[in-house]
Amino acid sequence: MKFGILINEGPYQHQASDSAYQFAKAALAKGHQIYRVFFYHDGVNNANRLTEPPQDDRNVTQQWSQLAAEHGIDLVVCVAAALRRGIKDEILAPRFRISGLGQLVETGIQADRLVVFGD
Amino acid sequence: MSADDGAEAANERTERNVKRFLFVNRKAPYGTIYALEALEVVLISAAFDQDVTLVFLDDGVCQLKKGQQTKETGMKNFSPTYRALEGYDIEKLYVEKESLEHRGLTADDLLVPVKVLTTEEIGALMDQQDIVISF
Amino acid sequence: MTILHTINKSPFQTTDLDSCLRHARKGSAILLIEDAVYAAMGNTGISERVGEALKNTNVYVLGPDLDARGLERERVVRGVEIVDYGGFVDLAVEHDHVQAWV
Repeated sequence: MKFGILINEGPYQHQASDSAYQFAKAALAKGHQIYRVFFYHDGVNNANRLTEPPQDDRNVTQQWSQLAAEHGIDLVVCVAAALRRGIKDEILAPRFRISGLGQLVETGIQADRLVVFGD
Repeated sequence: MSADDGAEAANERTERNVKRFLFVNRKAPYGTIYALEALEVVLISAAFDQDVTLVFLDDGVCQLKKGQQTKETGMKNFSPTYRALEGYDIEKLYVEKESLEHRGLTADDLLVPVKVLTTEEIGALMDQQDIVISF
Repeated sequence: MTILHTINKSPFQTTDLDSCLRHARKGSAILLIEDAVYAAMGNTGISERVGEALKNTNVYVLGPDLDARGLERERVVRGVEIVDYGGFVDLAVEHDHVQAWV
């Protein structure tokens, strides 16, 4: 099955991105496909490669970059929400890309299920 | 209600690759950005020629309250956008009766014409969707 | 059509669970994740409400979120099923769509 995932909260402040990541990993392990992960609202902060958590903690941004590299997942950051929050191409972590909100609607159309993680 | 539209309409949707999108609005405006950014998604969805429905329940009904004046807060008043939805062919706006009543509101307090549904009817509407995006 | 409802907030803090329970139709499923896992515990102010919900809906709780919060699995309300992330995925597959009560 093809899953779309929407993440509406930033890393660390909220568990949303962690839950979505564990969900995505479990779905992949079961042979499902992640069509796209779309980052919206403060969720765009997940794409910031400048984030530096303490060494004994997980690196949420890096986790997404790695999972995307391993499984060819499309990580899309909403351009309007990103610009509002100062997330630009030059600070994007690997595998993230900035695009329009249409990509979220398109995810809804193409994926078999859309799972939302938010506040 | 268009949701009870039977097998023929379902087949037509499949042929045209149209899904039933439900946007669930449950948060009040201004205190957080969810209502504003939800509206931005709704406007974009219009360009995709999908079957779009909006429901407002819980604090979400407050998004449609008439007479919003944001000047002194310094924030942008985005409430006129709800009135523009019709121009984008987004015409299915449903508001929950119980949520309105619980907040001392009636449909007359709202800035756009809406259809008021009971909790039971909203529950049925939710059942009939393909994609639910909640903010 | 059946829905998988997900709730992620504590029932002692927000009305999300209550709102979900009022709208969830017979035969749908409710999955408690993140801070909503407190709703799954027995002997709380809302256990009875969850017990009531079990008559019409299937209620699940995410085990890893229970464990993270030190909530004992054996103290979960009887009838609420504990699942892991794989179980979450299976529930999403088994239902026609997923609705988050965020």
